[in-house]
Amino acid sequence: MMIRGADIVVRSLIAEQAEIIFGYPGGAIMPVYDALYDYHEQIKHVLTRHEQGAIHAAQGYARVSGKVGVCLATSGPGATNLITGLADAQIDSTPLVCITGQVAAHLLGTDAFQETDVVGISMPATKWNIQVQRVEDIAAAIARGFFIARSGRPGPVLIDITKNAQTDFGEYNYVPCLGFRSYKTYEPVEVSKIQEAADLINKAERPYVLFGQGVVLGKAEAELKFFLDKTGIPAASTLLGSGALSQDHPNYVGKLGMHGNYAPNLLTNQCDVLIAVGMRFDDRVTGDLKRYAKQAKVIHLELDPAEVNKNVKAHVAVVGDCKESLSMLTSAVEGKKHESWMARFRELEQEEKSTVVQPDIMPTKAGLTMGEVIHQINQYKADDAVLVTDVGQHQMIAWRYFNYKKPRTQVTSGGLGTMGFALPAALGAQLHDYSRQVVCVVGDGGIQMTIQELGTIMQTKAPVKIVLLNNNYLGMVRQWQQMFFDKRYSFTELDNPEFIKIAEAYNIKSQKVSDRADLKEAIEDMFIHDGPFFLEVVVEKEDNVFPMIATGCSVEEVRLS
Amino acid sequence: MKRYTIFVITENFIGILNRITIIFTRRGINIDALTASESRLSGIHRITIEVTANEDTVIQLVNQIEKIVDVIKAFYHEDEGVVYQEIALYKIPVSRLDGGLEKVIRQHNAKIIAAEPEFVVLELTGHKEQTQELLEILKGYGLLEFARSGRVAVAKRMLTIESFIK
Repeated sequence: MMIRGADIVVRSLIAEQAEIIFGYPGGAIMPVYDALYDYHEQIKHVLTRHEQGAIHAAQGYARVSGKVGVCLATSGPGATNLITGLADAQIDSTPLVCITGQVAAHLLGTDAFQETDVVGISMPATKWNIQVQRVEDIAAAIARGFFIARSGRPGPVLIDITKNAQTDFGEYNYVPCLGFRSYKTYEPVEVSKIQEAADLINKAERPYVLFGQGVVLGKAEAELKFFLDKTGIPAASTLLGSGALSQDHPNYVGKLGMHGNYAPNLLTNQCDVLIAVGMRFDDRVTGDLKRYAKQAKVIHLELDPAEVNKNVKAHVAVVGDCKESLSMLTSAVEGKKHESWMARFRELEQEEKSTVVQPDIMPTKAGLTMGEVIHQINQYKADDAVLVTDVGQHQMIAWRYFNYKKPRTQVTSGGLGTMGFALPAALGAQLHDYSRQVVCVVGDGGIQMTIQELGTIMQTKAPVKIVLLNNNYLGMVRQWQQMFFDKRYSFTELDNPEFIKIAEAYNIKSQKVSDRADLKEAIEDMFIHDGPFFLEVVVEKEDNVFPMIATGCSVEEVRLS
Repeated sequence: MKRYTIFVITENFIGILNRITIIFTRRGINIDALTASESRLSGIHRITIEVTANEDTVIQLVNQIEKIVDVIKAFYHEDEGVVYQEIALYKIPVSRLDGGLEKVIRQHNAKIIAAEPEFVVLELTGHKEQTQELLEILKGYGLLEFARSGRVAVAKRMLTIESFIK
C-alpha cells in the first residue's frame, strides 16, 4: 500500500519502538505533525516551548533510559535551535535521532523561506547526518539513523527530510538496520592485551582505577564491581561516570577532576598502574597533561580507538567493549587487597572532610550553603533518584555531595557545559518514568536560559522537583574572577525576578527558603508533594567550590581552599 | 613536522569530503593538497590528502577520520611508503618559444600538449620538487598560467580495499 512520506516517518519511529517525541512544529515539518495526529495512541509527542528544550529533553530521556531520544523540528530556525543540543549529545555520547523538516527539494539552495543548510551546520556536531529528498529513502534513513545512534559509541544523528518527500506517496516496508560495511560498532577485545594488562595489574603495588560514562553506556556496572571486588583496587569516578559504581562500595574513593575530591586527584600522581575504564582523559580530569600520572603505567579500556593515546599515552590499550574486557580481565588477574594504599585515600579523605565537606554540608555560618541543600536532599531521596544538574557551581557541589547509588542517576552536561540544560533534561528524564524521583538542581543563571520549559512541565504534569540554588551571581565565573581576575566582577551579578511567582504563574507549587531553619521541612514537603515542585533556596552569595585544580595546574596541586 | 600522505577509502556519499575536511579545520591544520577519485571498485572512492604535521597529530587525524560512519578505512604513510605523482600544466606565450625553451622542455622531459595561436601548454608529471623546478625556470619565459594537481598516490603496502570491507 502506498502511504504518505510523513506517515512513513511516524511508522518508522514506531517500528524503532520510540515511545516519545520531543518537538516543535513549523511549516516544513507540518506533514509529519499531521501524521502524528493519527498515531497519538502509539507514540507520544511532547510540545516543548523551544527546540533547544526539545533536544535537551530528548537527551535527559536518553540518559536515564538508555534508549534513543527522539526530537522533531522544522527547517531553518527550528533546526538551528537544535545545534547546542546536538553538540552536547555528541561530546557526551548521547544517542539521539533528530528529524528536521526541510524546504521542498526544488527550492534547495535558493534561499527559500526558512531554508538553512542544516546538514552542513550540524555536521561537526553529529555522529552522522543525511538529507532525504525522496519518499522512498525515508524508512532506510531512519533505520540507519537509529542503528548508528545507539550502536558503538552512541551519539546524535540528524535526518533532514524535504517537504516533498513528506507529502509524496511511497511503499512502506520497514527493514531495521543491522550494520553496513563502512561502520564498525566496536573491535573485538584482543586476548593478548588482556594478558599484558593483567600482568601489569598483578605486579602493581599501587594500582588505581578511573571509571567514566563508558561503563554506563556499555552496561558494564556489574563487571566493574566484580573486577574491583576481586582486585581490591581503589576506584574513582569522572563526572559522567558517577552512578556506575555505588558510592557505598568499599573500593569507591571519590570523584576526579577540577572540583572532584582531594585524594583521587592527588594520588593520581602516586599510583604505579592507572587503569582507565570508559573514560577519555578530559582536560577537566587531567589538569596539566605534562604532569599527569607520569610515574604510572597506563592501561586504557576504551571502545573508541580514536580516544586511545589522544590525551594520555596508554602502555596497554584494550580496545573494545568494556563489558567484555572487564570480565576477561577479572578472570585474568589475581585476587588481592591493597590495604595500605587504600588507607592513603582514606587519610586524605578525612582531611577533605574536616576542611571542606563538613563546613559545606553542616555549616555554622549564617548563610545557607549549596552543600547543605544537597545533603538534605540525600536524606529524602530514593536510591534510584535521578539528579539532573545545569552548569556551574551548583553542578559541582551537587555532584560532589549527591549520594550516587544506582546507574543512570546522573544527568548533566559534562563535556559541553551547556547552561540551560537542566530544566528540559529533567523534564525528559521524568517523562521516561513518572514514578521515579527526578531532582533538578539548577542555578539562577542557567534556569533563565530555558525557563520557558516550566510551561512544558505544567502541561505534562511531570512531577520534577526543581531546586533553584540562587546566589544572584553567575557563581562559577564569579569564583574565577575572585581567584584569577583580582575580584573584578565583570558582568556576573544578576538582578533576578521573583522566581516563585514565575513558578506560580505556571501553576507549579513553589516555596522560597532563605533561613536554615526552614530548609529541612521545605525539602520534605517537596518530596511529599504529588506533582512538580519549585523550591528556591537563597544561598550565600560569594561561596566558592573547593577542592579545586586551577587551569594549567597539575592534579597534585589540588587545593583545599 | 614532516610530510605525510593520508589515504581515505570511503563510500561515495554526499558531504563525505566536508566531514573529512572539518576534522582538519577544527585543529587549524592546513591541507597541502587533496585529490579524490573513484577507486577500482564502483561506489567506493579514495581520497588522498597531503599534510605537513607531526606524526602524533596525523595518527589522531586518521583515527578521527576513520571514525566517520561512512569512511571504510583511513591510514597514512610517510613519503617513503608511497608511490606518488603530481601533474603540472604551464601556459607559455607562443612569442617566447625559442631554442632555449626547447632545451628546457627536453631536459625536464616535459611535453607540449596543446598549441594555440597565442600560447602553448606544457605538461610535466613528477614530484613537487621537479614541477617546482620547471616552474621557476618558466617564470623567465613569460609564464601565463600554472596549475598543479594534488598528489595521486598508491601505497607500497600490499593491502587491498577488499580486505577492509569484509
